[in-house]
Amino acid sequence: MFKDLFEKYNWAEVKTLIHTATSEQVEAALKKEKLLVSDFAALVSPAAAPYLEEMISKSSMLTRQRFGNTMQLYIPMYLSNECKNICTYCGFSLQNKVPRKTLSDTEIMQEVAILKKRGFDHLLLVTGEDGQMVGMPYFRNAIKLLRPHFAQISIEVQPLEAEEYQELSELGVHTVLVYQETYKEEDYKLHHPKGRKSNFHYRLETPDRIGKAGIHKIGLGVLIGLEDWRTDSFFTALHLSYLEKTYWKTRFSISFPRLRPFSGGLAPKVEMSDRELVQLICAYRLFNPDVELSISTRESARFRNLLSTIGITSMSAGSRTNPGGYSIDPQSLEQFEISDERSVEEVIEMLKSQGLQPVYKDWTYVW
Amino acid sequence: MEPLRIADKVFSSRLFTGTGKFASNELMESALLVSGTELVTVALKRIDQNNKADQMLKHLAHPRINLLPNTSGARTAKEAVFAAELGREALETNWVKLEIHPDPRYLLPDPIETLLAAVELVKAGFIVLPYIHADPVLCKRLEDVGVAAVMPLGSPIGSNKGLKTAEFLEIIISQSNVPVIVDAGIGSPSHAALAMEMGASAVLVNTAIATASNPVQMAAAFKAGVEAGLMAQQAGLSATSTHAIASSPMIAFLNESES
Repeated sequence: MFKDLFEKYNWAEVKTLIHTATSEQVEAALKKEKLLVSDFAALVSPAAAPYLEEMISKSSMLTRQRFGNTMQLYIPMYLSNECKNICTYCGFSLQNKVPRKTLSDTEIMQEVAILKKRGFDHLLLVTGEDGQMVGMPYFRNAIKLLRPHFAQISIEVQPLEAEEYQELSELGVHTVLVYQETYKEEDYKLHHPKGRKSNFHYRLETPDRIGKAGIHKIGLGVLIGLEDWRTDSFFTALHLSYLEKTYWKTRFSISFPRLRPFSGGLAPKVEMSDRELVQLICAYRLFNPDVELSISTRESARFRNLLSTIGITSMSAGSRTNPGGYSIDPQSLEQFEISDERSVEEVIEMLKSQGLQPVYKDWTYVW
Repeated sequence: MEPLRIADKVFSSRLFTGTGKFASNELMESALLVSGTELVTVALKRIDQNNKADQMLKHLAHPRINLLPNTSGARTAKEAVFAAELGREALETNWVKLEIHPDPRYLLPDPIETLLAAVELVKAGFIVLPYIHADPVLCKRLEDVGVAAVMPLGSPIGSNKGLKTAEFLEIIISQSNVPVIVDAGIGSPSHAALAMEMGASAVLVNTAIATASNPVQMAAAFKAGVEAGLMAQQAGLSATSTHAIASSPMIAFLNESES
């Protein structure tokens, strides 16, 4: 289990190591073909900032070689904003007095009709965490409903048990995303004071349970802005390399959500500039040429245009982050504010103009 | 030049190609037409079986181009057999490129599952072209179960590193009774030419063409490289040596002393 490896590291020591990395260490990492997690630490350090141009050029080259001139497209569908957790940064948090909604079968199919019309074949299902209202019975039913309409279904829901993941895999779930939010154990509880999510270790071991269940792809990430992003990313990279070695048949993807404003939310504790996000994306690509790197519509249109050419391999377009947002209730509460508000057609035009082929379908449910 | 026969088909081009990684379907079509390829592999997972007007297939609809569905994405023999059957239905061909790579990073083929799937698929009437490591024994085992050709890799797929497995490819070529198609890792026309000089029946190229700055021109370069390699193979290469060899001084001496 990852816990055993994780416990060998100390947050403060890792943070110091990253913040005192030297340009020699950065240059050594840039010369290597196979990077270690210590090289990743150098590449996300402040010392790597002057090497950004070289990192971009290497990252772009590796991405095009491995993934070709393509960009995978997916669309999120929010099924429910019910949530029993208190998370200081999230619009769905329990103490937020907002209208709650969980989509019925008919409503799900109304959303499907619109998303299919827009051409999507890879779907990401999102919920808050309310095991009573939106637990396995709800997921089973939703997956059975959706499975005939999409080539690939991903879920971003509360952590589940290994047997539950296995059952969902058999029903047709391809990918499970579960973000640790932060690997800083001592502060995790401050951000998640109440609800099942406040159990740091249960969450930390979730990717192991997903791996054991034979799910095809696991999505990892931290919420950037909660704690020092460099240290959090180091632990994500450590987690990634552990998982790759342990669950060698599984694919992985990394996302980089930066805290976005929502109604009544807190401002990020740690700011990350656009330049730093580019550095982080390139560091991941150099560290791991095969990992999928994904970007949502949290980022601005102009910035996403640039990111699509330097290492990102998967993006959403025309997203809504509220249940029923496409067809039923476009005005209801969002989980976070969308920044890139362009339509799917506009995003596709942008990709094509950059020499990238949008890929709607890259999976078939025969396996 | 002598055409290549695999199962019931005859190919005048020895350059087989892939269809992934191109910036657009239009660019893929132009590059493939210039390459002269007659066999093009298509990932079944990229095809929309419910949509007869699938964009990629539309751009591959040329009389000269034969489609070779591949089972990429399959992790076991069972999945690959299922995928092959779907491919037969969707693309109306009983040809299949058998790819089983459970490892998503290096996409290295699983020899055990591949052999198991090959047995099943041959029995079910498929023309099976398995993608495998450059393992001479595995090639013979596959030949024994009735595959139509073998497709050993030159180096990891997409790596463009050339024929890192050259020693083993030579053994495979020397003892194979079925065509040997060098697949994966061919990064430049010179690599392709080298594979042909070694005696390969054909090569399969994708990444090196699709991700070149100018894929159409690169396709033409590969066409020329493969043709040059094949001409050299058929002309019979003269032996190489690291030393210059004087033209028979000993024979001259012996001739002199004997006269």
